[in-house]
Amino acid sequence: MAKRRMIQAINDAMFEEMERDPRIVLFGEDVEISMFGDTKGLRERFGPDRVRDTPICEALLTGMAVGMAAAGWRPVLHMMFANFMYTGFDAIANQMAKLRLMTGGQMKLPITIMAGFGGGRSTAAQHSDCPYPLFMNLGGVHVAVPSNAGDAKGLFKSAVRSDDPVIFLEPGGRGGEMGEVPDGDHLVPFGRASVRRSGSDVTIVAISAMVKLAEQAAKQLAQDGIEAEILDPRTLVPLDEDGILASLSRTGRLVVVDEARDRCSAASQIAAVAADRGFAMLKGPVRRVTVPDVCMPYAPVLERSVYPNAERIADVVRELLNCRDYR
Amino acid sequence: MRNDYHNPDPEKLVAMFERMLVIRETEEYLGAQFRAGELPAGVHLYIGQEASGVGICAHLGDEDWITSTHRGHGHFLAKGGDPYAMIAEIHAKSDGICGGFGGTMHVADVSRGILGANGIVGGGLGIATGAAFAAKLEGNGKVAVCFFGDGAANQGTFMEAMNVASLWKLPLLLVCEHNGWSEFTRSEVATSGRIIDRASPFNIPGFEADGNDVADVWRVSGRALESVRSGEGPALLVTYTYRTRGHVEAEVNFLSQPYRSEEEVASWVAKDPIERGAALLAQGGIAEEEISAIRARVKASIAEMAKRARSAADPDPARVRSMMFSAAEA
Repeated sequence: MAKRRMIQAINDAMFEEMERDPRIVLFGEDVEISMFGDTKGLRERFGPDRVRDTPICEALLTGMAVGMAAAGWRPVLHMMFANFMYTGFDAIANQMAKLRLMTGGQMKLPITIMAGFGGGRSTAAQHSDCPYPLFMNLGGVHVAVPSNAGDAKGLFKSAVRSDDPVIFLEPGGRGGEMGEVPDGDHLVPFGRASVRRSGSDVTIVAISAMVKLAEQAAKQLAQDGIEAEILDPRTLVPLDEDGILASLSRTGRLVVVDEARDRCSAASQIAAVAADRGFAMLKGPVRRVTVPDVCMPYAPVLERSVYPNAERIADVVRELLNCRDYR
Repeated sequence: MRNDYHNPDPEKLVAMFERMLVIRETEEYLGAQFRAGELPAGVHLYIGQEASGVGICAHLGDEDWITSTHRGHGHFLAKGGDPYAMIAEIHAKSDGICGGFGGTMHVADVSRGILGANGIVGGGLGIATGAAFAAKLEGNGKVAVCFFGDGAANQGTFMEAMNVASLWKLPLLLVCEHNGWSEFTRSEVATSGRIIDRASPFNIPGFEADGNDVADVWRVSGRALESVRSGEGPALLVTYTYRTRGHVEAEVNFLSQPYRSEEEVASWVAKDPIERGAALLAQGGIAEEEISAIRARVKASIAEMAKRARSAADPDPARVRSMMFSAAEA
């Protein structure tokens, strides 16, 4: 085990993977200087062919990633802020997600698109979105949303080794957080949730940056004798439905914490899975703690008013425990 | 040494004539099948534009990449795609080149460098630029050729592709097949200036060819590709041509009024690339009987393939869910 910041863990993963596989090429806006630090030093180590800055032209860059992958390379495209993926969305949605099926399986597309996402730092509405619900709905792309340094490294390594497109989203502003990173060739498989805390009263499924808030809420709740189990899905496509339902079978209650806007969020999908496959286990309604259907405002006081926090999570859990048992 | 792409030799000319005929015969068949209600969807025919794709692809090998448009049957066949597998695909059969998953607008054969027809106008620009970047990294002389129409030249990605390809000196040939129409909108209404003039601000050489003359397309694209292969960076080639059929074969069913005159269409039918190709063959000393024999051979061959394709098996719905991710099929 080593202590690493999340951004360092991703950077380590990139060094290790680019060393291992000469077909991996990194490109994107400012990857050489590396605004976040996750691509720092790679240009010096791997040279201008394999690490290069691009013009700001997202619509072309996502298409280029498809072309490179179709031609046998393993592109990693850094799009900086997840909002900028909207500008490059056409080739993600219309090409990347579809070409494998449309070509009858001829096309292998080992593409990793990475970007920072999420709010909480007064970056205002165009640098704070959580676009993963859109990607979840496309069908043909995997979505990885790490919450800590160890998972970030292991998920990133799995992403670049996948023969399918992966959207790898780093929680913005959490890159500096220290965490334990297992030694050696640490890979985190897709589709396997991690139990961050065990408890028998309620299952809290928390996505990426929301895990930390859920842990804070669980501490508060424990003081009242309420034991929450916290589940980090780690990937949203594939989603570990069985892992979520197994936890639900232990607790009978489900709260989903998601930084996306509420409508058609990842939380909505997880709630639907519980309603569909876990109905008999539910002691009460599935509750969601999300961002309301508003764009992220700038002023810290405004942003705090809509961003999930430990108190909101704890309050929702208490409300749920006060519900009569519907079973 | 700079090749003199003065004129294709007779052997080359015969091969290109035959390839144009394969496209024409296949598409005449597909159009008729659609009108007879035998296809699940309308087809966008390349009829009238065959010389453009054929003249250019005659310079390419399987290792070179192309991207195509929603009017992609011609590019698929010009690049050496199997007509049977394409016809079966459009008939929605499991023998189809994409197993019946893609259909008319998505015919692709990655093993032959055909990265797919594309239903998104301009959708190939990014893909071809990426394939050209891959070719550049490999450094073994491969090129990527991006076919798109004058409609797609108004997408922002056209400018983006020229910028990146020129900056990075990518082996990319951008081929604008200028047929005068963006679906049902006349080019003059949709396009400011001349598309060929968009190349020079990016330090990209521009080439223009008569897109209805396979020999001219072959000559000009030979020079353009020589420039691209030399490592000097991308080139833009505009081939001026015309689709003598509709935007899509289904259009008569939904258009309330004509959008172009019969005279306009007739003026281009008079410049039919296949008849002009036949004339070139005759000028080159190929006997009339030989030309007729080629026509008869292609006709019989496509008819045989079409018959086989119609009786091929339907695709298996059990495969749909496993098709999205490679891991699922493993």
